[in-house]
Amino acid sequence: MTRMTSLRTLLLTSACLGLLTAAPAFAQQPAQPLPPGSPLIGQPDTEAAKKLAPVPGPPLPTAADKLPLDKLKVPKGFKLEVYASGMPNARSLRLGDKGTVFVSSRLQDKVWAIVDQGGKREVKVIASGLYRPNGIAFHKGTLYIAELSQISKIDDIEDHLDNPPKPTVFYTDLPKDEAHGWKYLTVGPDEKLYFQVGAPCNICMPDDKHAQIRRINLDGSGAEIVARGIRQVVGMDFQPVTKILYFSENSRDWLSEDFPNDKLNRVMHPGQDNFGYPYCHQGNIPDPEFGWGHSCDEFVHPIALMGPHAAVLGFRFYTGTMFPAEYRGNIILARHGSWNRSKKFGGDVVLVKLGKDGLPLDKWDTPAGPGPGRKDIEPIVTGFLQNNNYVGRPVDVLQMNDGALLISDDYNGAVYRLSYGAAAKH
Amino acid sequence: MRSARLAAMLAATWLTALAPAGAETLEEKIAPCLACHGENGQSETVNTPSLGAQTAAYALIQIYMFREKLRTFDVMNEMAKPLTDDDLRAISDRIATLPAPKPAAGPVDAARLERGRALLEKDRCVFCHRPDLAGAENVPRIAAQREDYLVKTLREYKSSARHGYDGTMAEVLEPITDQEIRDLAYTIARHK
Repeated sequence: MTRMTSLRTLLLTSACLGLLTAAPAFAQQPAQPLPPGSPLIGQPDTEAAKKLAPVPGPPLPTAADKLPLDKLKVPKGFKLEVYASGMPNARSLRLGDKGTVFVSSRLQDKVWAIVDQGGKREVKVIASGLYRPNGIAFHKGTLYIAELSQISKIDDIEDHLDNPPKPTVFYTDLPKDEAHGWKYLTVGPDEKLYFQVGAPCNICMPDDKHAQIRRINLDGSGAEIVARGIRQVVGMDFQPVTKILYFSENSRDWLSEDFPNDKLNRVMHPGQDNFGYPYCHQGNIPDPEFGWGHSCDEFVHPIALMGPHAAVLGFRFYTGTMFPAEYRGNIILARHGSWNRSKKFGGDVVLVKLGKDGLPLDKWDTPAGPGPGRKDIEPIVTGFLQNNNYVGRPVDVLQMNDGALLISDDYNGAVYRLSYGAAAKH
Repeated sequence: MRSARLAAMLAATWLTALAPAGAETLEEKIAPCLACHGENGQSETVNTPSLGAQTAAYALIQIYMFREKLRTFDVMNEMAKPLTDDDLRAISDRIATLPAPKPAAGPVDAARLERGRALLEKDRCVFCHRPDLAGAENVPRIAAQREDYLVKTLREYKSSARHGYDGTMAEVLEPITDQEIRDLAYTIARHK
């Protein structure tokens, strides 16, 4: 009661005492036929297909014994198990030097630590009261946290898991837009923090503060633009040998059911590369509004099309030895799954096979689906999508020191562990 | 400001008397909600939404956000504070069973109604909120919602004064003008 404002109190009190009333009323309107050009024309005529809404998932995490493990399928020799649960909207995953797994959230206000002591795992809240703290990175003992419009850090976090200090904010030169305002955060081989400022809309002409990847020094100084023309980055990693930055990008909504595809990109010319937003989508479709007067060839093509509205999110180059040899050096990537499509697409974790040139084996504009799809994209974990409904949604992947892979699921608020071979057997 | 202080005292008394803490049955727990939001699903309280036939999933998200202070409105934050996860689920399910609110009455400005209808299509409101505006799962029913609450909510989403559970509504409202917000609210409040 102490924080109640008197105005609100006055309104509510008066209202609840019946001082302000409005008579209930009836106004029957006949159902209208769809107007010409309505986006609903041509919609499949089934209940399930008509639902085209973003799917944030339930706010309460799924209990460990109710997680959809029995529905999730993995290739022969692999094993998927629950690593930890009870972290609503679990998103980005990071590994500390001492084995702590850090988990962020996008829709909740918390960052968690999963501490593994001899197979018994404990989940601790290490920061709360944050706003859209999707981006986390760990570097030399420090945990960095990117909220919607500020970046903060906690030094020596693994020594303070039970009583962590509040994060210290050190970078605030960021727009406050809600749309694509949340961040993905990582530390590059140059020991700089990399993050994106997405477009503040589905499709619009962004100003020079938006639609870009930025990097800053670890103290917040020296901000530079790394790449432009990017709608929203949702995953980044550096190729372990060449140190080239790869990133996943979600393309615009509402263009059509099957286009555009989400993209996998790489930055060959930091500071110069422009990836085409809002003029060109998926490297070869000019925007019907902003594309006039431009050619898609003005912009850097994606290295792979990843599926229509598929919501490609977190990925890592796999460097471990636990998984079969064909995984090593290739990309393991989570496709969160579409919402802006009648027949949902994605909802899986896939392997993207690369050649010696660091490019996927198929040509960049080979479609990832629907249809026959690509031969260099192979499913690893499937089954998050059941009968056009999600039972879970993969977000980020994290390679552990033993080569096993953790996978976060923001729909259920859980983290799974994928292992192979002897490690997968009990 | 004596009247405001008096009002605060009254509200304090009312909240203490009706607070869900310690309440036994679901009906006892939900009674204070309905005191403002309307016994029959129809709010007669200014700027306060009708809850009738609201989707259980959306209601759950909102009460959860009030409890966790992800959505801030002091009265609601206080009301939701003592609720357990099971309370949240039970109250949300109960809200979904309340009768749907009735559309706003009175003479109708047909041209304005049509403007709002066109916007519902153009801005793709009907995709997520469905052609009958009854919502589905996490997307709320908006049909026949109070006009004042609709205007307030749309403005708050546009300015980010109200944080949605996700950023969808802020994104949707980015290109929408205040006049369009008022026309949308006019039409939605009168939806059959």
